Amino acid sequence: MTKLLTLPSAMCGFMGRWSMTAIDSVGEMTLFMLVGLSHIFCGARIFPRTLQQLYAIGFKSLFVILLIGIFCGMVLGLQGYYTLVQFGSVGLLGSAVSLSLIRELGPVLTAIMLTGRAGSSMAAEIGVMRITDQIDALYVMDINPMAYLVSPRLLAAMISFPLLTAIFDVIGIVGGYLTGVLMLNINEGAYFYRIASSVTMSDLTGGFIKSFAFGLLVTTVCCHQGYNTHQRRDSVGPEAVGNATTSAVVISCVLILASDYVLTSFLL
Amino acid sequence: MNLARETAVGIFILIGLICVTWLTVKLGKMEFVPGQGFELSARFDSASGLRVGADVEIAGVPVGCVINIFLDADPMRTQAVVRLRLEKDLQLSDDSIASIKTSGLIGDKYISLSRGGSEKILGVGDTIHETESAVDLESLIGKYAFGGV
Repeated sequence: MTKLLTLPSAMCGFMGRWSMTAIDSVGEMTLFMLVGLSHIFCGARIFPRTLQQLYAIGFKSLFVILLIGIFCGMVLGLQGYYTLVQFGSVGLLGSAVSLSLIRELGPVLTAIMLTGRAGSSMAAEIGVMRITDQIDALYVMDINPMAYLVSPRLLAAMISFPLLTAIFDVIGIVGGYLTGVLMLNINEGAYFYRIASSVTMSDLTGGFIKSFAFGLLVTTVCCHQGYNTHQRRDSVGPEAVGNATTSAVVISCVLILASDYVLTSFLL
Repeated sequence: MNLARETAVGIFILIGLICVTWLTVKLGKMEFVPGQGFELSARFDSASGLRVGADVEIAGVPVGCVINIFLDADPMRTQAVVRLRLEKDLQLSDDSIASIKTSGLIGDKYISLSRGGSEKILGVGDTIHETESAVDLESLIGKYAFGGV
């Protein structure tokens, strides 16, 4: 009798442990984010630090976002054309390109690109600072490490994610124009008329809400992983920095796509 | 170095804001001065397929849009009330006809207005009485197929 009960109880124990760890880490990250956000309002000298982060997250990502945006729009124009031409309604290409960019691809692809470009460097930078005891040194010098390291990054991400998403959307529409109008000879007026008539304000606000949320999410996860590098159980030292960076990128990407589904179902 | 960095951030913010403005004003049709134009309502037996934001046209020229669709509050009537916002200087006589039409075979529904000959001009908040509801293509096909014509 006791043997029969061992397996189910072991499974229940495993499930319980797993879900408690998950809930623990979600709560820990939320608190981390809230502390970081609260220091935006009361941290000293937040502005120059934010400017530096805006340069690192925003300006340095500009080129890669332009590149990705134009190719994304071009491939949407191409794919959309060959699908729509079967129904003889190539005039709808503008709607297809602009709506898929503004609603979904713009926020998600921008966030994933920024995770790779800016998020990974956040995790690695803060992780190295942690294992070389620089964060403790900040603390000893009476500089709050959260206010010094995390808050400017959160603020900069909240500003630059929506802006980069807007740039991505616009350049993607230009990309669709390049393939649709210049290469495949759709009527230029029809392309832009369809864009203007099908995109509504709620599509745009939905996209911007998404990119804002992704900005908070990515920065929180990446900073949290870097900040707690020393507490990793799987590795120590430089290896822990590598692992922290990897898991920061992986967790961010998974959370971006999962929360995108949840946000879309709320916004629609 | 600091100056160069500030300039770079400034360029980034500027490009971003230009894109945001273009998207919201040009595509989102955001109105900085709300309440331009005047509102009319029209009662239809069926507003099936008509959506908020649909165009209102006279002779194919867009002159406004649908801003609200709701069921008539009077429990004795089953009619849809459609609120339209039209351009400010548009003059419509009170015997104008509003009809729901479809652009193309499977396109979006829109409202087409045809001007009447009366001398009374519709003002803010008036109701268009002459209306034609959307043509129900399926029931027409059904009538044709089963000999109801």
